Amino acid sequence: MFNNFFHKLASPKYFYGFSGRLLPWLATGFILLTLAGLYYGLVKAPPDYQQGDSYRIMFVHVPSAWMSLFIYVVMAGAGAIGLVWRIKLAEVISISSASVGASFTFLALVTGSIWGKPMWGTWWVWDARLTSELILLFLYLGIIALHNAIDDKRIAARATAILAIVGVVNIPIIHYSVEWWNTLHQGPTVTKFDAPSIHLSMLIPLLLMAVAFKLYYLMVVLMRARCEVIERERNTGWVKQLVESQ
Amino acid sequence: MSISEFLDMGGYAVYVWSSYGITLIVLVANVIGPLRLRRKLLADIARATRRARRKS
Repeated sequence: MFNNFFHKLASPKYFYGFSGRLLPWLATGFILLTLAGLYYGLVKAPPDYQQGDSYRIMFVHVPSAWMSLFIYVVMAGAGAIGLVWRIKLAEVISISSASVGASFTFLALVTGSIWGKPMWGTWWVWDARLTSELILLFLYLGIIALHNAIDDKRIAARATAILAIVGVVNIPIIHYSVEWWNTLHQGPTVTKFDAPSIHLSMLIPLLLMAVAFKLYYLMVVLMRARCEVIERERNTGWVKQLVESQ
Repeated sequence: MSISEFLDMGGYAVYVWSSYGITLIVLVANVIGPLRLRRKLLADIARATRRARRKS
């Protein structure tokens, strides 16, 4: 039954209907978790003993940075699946992830910069963490540009998948950059192997926002994938039926 | 805590609120984009279908 579900899901028509039913739930979950995260993060959590209230930027900065890496891995993974097994839906998910991934990378860089100014005294330094995250943004933009430059959707999907897979080397570099090199950026406080060095009152809103952003990504990638599916299938009967029913 | 104290963010108001503001703008833009694209696609396909029907 489980296998059958995935088999059906891979058919564009079924995917379109299924994702359409999923979207309102994802939107609701995202909004509720975000409201809770903002309440606990901006109102309930106490100021930091070193950084005052400026640390509250963390609740958007850190989840954005996590998403920038997570989405890249999903994009490259789906691209690889599309490349090996020629599953169209995997190609669609891969390319649909690029713009939302680029957006989160942009947010991680910009909010980090805004946080850096009052804490480090500078908007930007060319250190390992910041530079490798900037390279991630260029990878996303390169993948979007490459996809737009090739008219044939199947060839475009193959080319972008290869670029995305090559770019995966950057992911561990970003993650470990704060340990491998001396950097202004602080080390990990949550993803360490021993107990996280962050107080529960700050950890809860951080995790709420992280899950909210995951739901948001799922929502946006499905919305984009639905457009991509319609475009690819525009000459099929079910899309024509869909257009007429609107 | 008063409202003005809350908005002041311990003197970091500009940094904190601009971060949250930019995040809000980018997240909203990422939802509007595919909504508009979908409407445009459906209109395009409807137009193409009508044209094809007239020809035949």
